[in-house]
Amino acid sequence: MTASMQSSVGNPADSKRGMNLTLRIWRQKDPSVKGKMVTYKVTDISPDMSFLEMLDVLNEQLIMQGDDPVAFDHDCREGICGMCGLMINGQAHGPQQTTTCQLHMRSFKDGDKIDIEPWRSSAFPVIKDLAVDRRAFDRIIQAGGYISVPTGTAPEAHATPVPKADSDAAFDAATCIGCGACVAACPNASSMLFTAAKVTHLGLLPQGQPERNDRVVNMVAQQDREGFGGCTNIGECSAACPKGISMETISRLNHDLLGALRAGARPKS
Amino acid sequence: MTVTHAGRRTPKVAKTNSVVKKAVMAISGIVMVLYLIAHMVGNLKVFTGRESFNHYSEWIRTIGAPALPPQTALTIIRIALLVAVIAHFWAAVSLWRQAKRARPERYVTKKAVAQSYASRTMRWGGVIVLLFIVYHILDLTTGTVNPDGHDSTPYDRLVASFSNPFITAFYVISLVLLGMHLRHGIWSATQTLGQSNRRRERTVTAFALVFSVVLTAGFLIVPFSVLFGLVD
Repeated sequence: MTASMQSSVGNPADSKRGMNLTLRIWRQKDPSVKGKMVTYKVTDISPDMSFLEMLDVLNEQLIMQGDDPVAFDHDCREGICGMCGLMINGQAHGPQQTTTCQLHMRSFKDGDKIDIEPWRSSAFPVIKDLAVDRRAFDRIIQAGGYISVPTGTAPEAHATPVPKADSDAAFDAATCIGCGACVAACPNASSMLFTAAKVTHLGLLPQGQPERNDRVVNMVAQQDREGFGGCTNIGECSAACPKGISMETISRLNHDLLGALRAGARPKS
Repeated sequence: MTVTHAGRRTPKVAKTNSVVKKAVMAISGIVMVLYLIAHMVGNLKVFTGRESFNHYSEWIRTIGAPALPPQTALTIIRIALLVAVIAHFWAAVSLWRQAKRARPERYVTKKAVAQSYASRTMRWGGVIVLLFIVYHILDLTTGTVNPDGHDSTPYDRLVASFSNPFITAFYVISLVLLGMHLRHGIWSATQTLGQSNRRRERTVTAFALVFSVVLTAGFLIVPFSVLFGLVD
């Protein structure tokens, strides 16, 4: 990555050399119709463009021709909002472990054929083309991904000490941006890494303790209800996660869930 | 997300918690692994000769005699194993179906980056191992499909089966599949039961590999010894 960045950024002549690419993109008018892969060609793509900028170029081309532009989700374009997410050549967010917006065209070569598909999961139905409905994640959060705190004056910062190791691990889990790459990459279309990141993030901190048992049983029940698959600990999720959330969080979720069930916690129906 | 639409299908709700199913899978798996260790060690008795091996087989059937009726221990083990197999199979089929429902439309292009061959073959590998177990019981326990028939002694049945290269080949393939199944299974069970973490991960995967190799080798040594005439 560093080497290729240097070669394209360091040599201006190199970055001016445009790439010609063949794109095969999933086109689907709406959720009710069947979609199919459609081939497009884009020319003179700069290696410094982000993947989404390359799609912007394609869409401008399509609009000029009077065609329907390709629908895809995006927002901050700086890798922190979790809105973008495409299956690029069979990998969630493409060949680099980052978000689609932070993937740059220098990861591809002139003449490459690139397949672009939406996240595929019955819990993430396609809205149009590459845009999917990820509200299932919102409902998992609603089921338990919160803490209850009294409002009013901010408490004394040192009133509740948190061990450094716990706060670091909680923060690592909290970096999950809910993009859905874990579901997209999982052979079972399981949302386990997402849910586990939330359970770990809140469960490691003192503020997360009062609801700890109810949180894990309700969030797992909700992810089952949404129609996600079960986890078989294959590890594709963690490898695709732009934030590198580890498989350790899944073990922690399992530990918390089995403990909570033994303690008598049951999901709300 | 502001887009709304009415086309969302309501997915069939999984009745039992998917993590609980995995825990059932893990615990039943552990029961079977414990049995496999005893089975593998017991098999090595074949190197002590015909009489000793047949005597060992007889002993298993008479543990606790005369205080206990014949086959008491064996019956308990068989019931425990049968329950474990059924539970393991039920959890696997149920999660398999859940996974299939979770992705009805497959990717046109999908590239795996992290999965091992062992983890990819858990389901079909498991089905083949199950079929193997059925054959294996009919071959060496009941003798129904054994070349020497059901009237022979355990030692003779073993030698008769493994003298046939095709039967031996089937055993070898099945045992290698079993070894791979265990390699991913041990790691997966550790995760499922919440006993893994970043520090232990490397140790767990290394243990799973070494354990599976040793167990598989321990089983394979018997058919190979018969095939190469070390046991006859």
